[in-house]
Amino acid sequence: MDRRTTIKWMLAASAAWPARRAAAGEAAPGAALLRPPAAPGYGADPDLVTSHKRGEFWPLTLSAAQRRLAAVLSDLIIPADEHSPSASSVGVVDFIDEWVSAPYPTQQRDRPIVLNGFAWLDAEGARRAGKAFADLETAGQTAICDEIASAARAQPERRDAARFFALYRDLTAAAFYSSAAGRADLGYIGNVPLTKFEGAPPELLKKLNLI
Amino acid sequence: MPFVTPKSQQRTYDVIVVGSGAAGGQTAYTLCMEGARVLMLEAGRRYRPESETPMFQTPDLAPLGGVGTPQKPFGFYDATIDGGWQVPGEPYVRTTEDHGGRFDWWRARMLGGRTNHWGRISLRNGPYDLKPRSRDGLGFDWPISYADVAPYYDKVELLIGVYGSNEGLENTPNSPPGCLLPPPRPIVSDYLIAQRARRLGIPAIPGHRAVLTRALDHTRNPRRLHPDNGKAQKILAADMQSRAPCLWATPCGRGCSIRANYQSTTVHLPPALATGNLDIATDAMVYEVTLGPDGHATGVSFVDRTTGRHEHASARVVVLAASACESARILLNSKSAHFPDGLANSSGKVGRYLMDTVGSDVSGQVPLLESLPPLNEDAADGHQLYTPWWLYREQLAGKLGFARGYHIEFGGGKRMPGPGTGAGLEWLTGGSYGAKFKQDVRRYYGSFVYFSGRGEMIPNENSYCEIDPGGVKDKWGIPVLRFHWKWSEHETRQAAHMQRTFADLIEAMGGKPEKVETDGAKAIAPGGLIIHEVGGAIMGADPRVSVTNQWCQTWDVPNLFVTDGAVFASNADKNPTLTIMAIAWRASDHILGRMRRKEL
Repeated sequence: MDRRTTIKWMLAASAAWPARRAAAGEAAPGAALLRPPAAPGYGADPDLVTSHKRGEFWPLTLSAAQRRLAAVLSDLIIPADEHSPSASSVGVVDFIDEWVSAPYPTQQRDRPIVLNGFAWLDAEGARRAGKAFADLETAGQTAICDEIASAARAQPERRDAARFFALYRDLTAAAFYSSAAGRADLGYIGNVPLTKFEGAPPELLKKLNLI
Repeated sequence: MPFVTPKSQQRTYDVIVVGSGAAGGQTAYTLCMEGARVLMLEAGRRYRPESETPMFQTPDLAPLGGVGTPQKPFGFYDATIDGGWQVPGEPYVRTTEDHGGRFDWWRARMLGGRTNHWGRISLRNGPYDLKPRSRDGLGFDWPISYADVAPYYDKVELLIGVYGSNEGLENTPNSPPGCLLPPPRPIVSDYLIAQRARRLGIPAIPGHRAVLTRALDHTRNPRRLHPDNGKAQKILAADMQSRAPCLWATPCGRGCSIRANYQSTTVHLPPALATGNLDIATDAMVYEVTLGPDGHATGVSFVDRTTGRHEHASARVVVLAASACESARILLNSKSAHFPDGLANSSGKVGRYLMDTVGSDVSGQVPLLESLPPLNEDAADGHQLYTPWWLYREQLAGKLGFARGYHIEFGGGKRMPGPGTGAGLEWLTGGSYGAKFKQDVRRYYGSFVYFSGRGEMIPNENSYCEIDPGGVKDKWGIPVLRFHWKWSEHETRQAAHMQRTFADLIEAMGGKPEKVETDGAKAIAPGGLIIHEVGGAIMGADPRVSVTNQWCQTWDVPNLFVTDGAVFASNADKNPTLTIMAIAWRASDHILGRMRRKEL
């Protein structure tokens, strides 16, 4: 998304909820916040063998309201089920905060899409029910998500919002499936030292008609 | 004292080796094991794989899930230090940013260079690859044949450890008995790819990679490699016993703390250091080969990056092994009254005939691989199988529209989940979220396959580097390179053929290709992206049109050698690293012989 589109979208979003601006607008970004504070990044020679905390290399920048919305939306995308916990319970919000606060080109490109998307969701909640998105009933939240969950099927005026949703779903999935809970959910059993590698099980190959 | 500084280095050495990667590591190894006193100069910092390698770290422990950034282009855990397509303070210039005309130059500033993170794919050039002009009239013949290099491929395989098999396919050489380690067992997607490829007449055979599928034979191999040298045998036997075989987990690109794969830092340098004949100075950025009044190289000048001071080192012989473009840059920057256009450049060919590998990829999703039970498919980190070029006859008969071949690297499987695992699925899920999305990710996880074509580029007059005429200098004040790049239709048509073939393969598996680009000029990866750049100081039989002879010895300066990819006269589809090592070993044997005869 280029800068012109960003500004156009931002104005459209804020214009949609003038009445509830003070209450719902906490999650709305100001123009200055669309860029994270300058940070050098982790450099070309970071320590690779110690664990790193989110926020260690550059400050996290989402507000409390934005983080609350991020958690609600992440859990709509990846809720708890019988196999694994919900996205927000395994640190997905911290991951997304780290992502949109990072000083690199991809992340800086994503930041306004995410922040404007948050603002759009709040504006849409305000327009429909006079509430911030996070305060809507689940049915109200999914009604909005249903309209933007597919970029291919979204109405033309929802296309930017659908692009935001696709990105946010990717980021939520990136964080969730990078976690131990995500690995377990997928039945991943690698990343352990073996003395011998057996290859594909013969019974499975037979079943698939591969031997 | 093996690691030295300008203050602690000796007054003079037998040989200076510039660079510590595949070429520098092999050159120093061969020379030191046979008794030569070597000073190795590396521009980057010292690197200790045994303590610095992130073995088993999961993506949640890395910033941004470990995805690539400009500071770590291959991801946070990639072994590369102070490197990438851009190195801060060390710019280069190119004539265009256009897709088809740009060249991106990957460098690493660390001991061992790019060998710490490379793909470990180790394929021999075949007989056609060394005499391509004789076969189809294009490009250049090497001044050596396969028979000249074959014994050195044997040696390198015995030293570093390469898995693979002998299939006897055209221009895909077998190794003599005892050279190769057994290949790893294939995973489910390998079986499916091989089965469907065969139906299309496309072979799929065990890959060749520098990974220890079992321990090296530490009693036999040292005797075969150093037959009359008890000291070298003893050192190498001890070193081979300290390398552990693969533990079938954690990606090779991070490096390997147990030394189960080849990196210069874990395979070449430890035994070379154990001889006591090798001194290494890191943070030593060489920019010039100095010349004596007799026309012989006297040594090299370098910047000590820790002090910023300009220093000099002397030796009887100078070997450049700094990487194809960096070695060309050093030669071009070594100007004198005798060599106003750069050292060893009387032919005007220094910097000329840069080649990369033609690269083009297609991935797809395969329903047959959906919802398989949990499987550990970390395997050997990919490349259990591959496809060598298989259309030699059709090509020679002129049926393909491009003159040289490619091999296929492919893979799939239930790799460690990470930031990409659940991303970009909308083309399959229709945009699901919630409980359905979680089911969809489980269904599709492990069902993707990729095919990467890696093909031969023919050298041309429009792909070269020179010292930037605009006068740009790096932060050390050293003039930088400017790159010119152009593909011919032999390469772009080859890329289009890759795309069609990979789409056919995926469809033969009952799968759906994600995106197929039939315009070869768009499908081809830009120059430098595959990081197989070679040429720039090509070897030949004629001093008027080549920079070195078959021994990597520059025609113009008898005690100056170039043992890296710069000397390649062609760039076969086979990944260049194994050949770099074989050529460097051969050149080093020649240097030793000449030194013993007091000719150097």
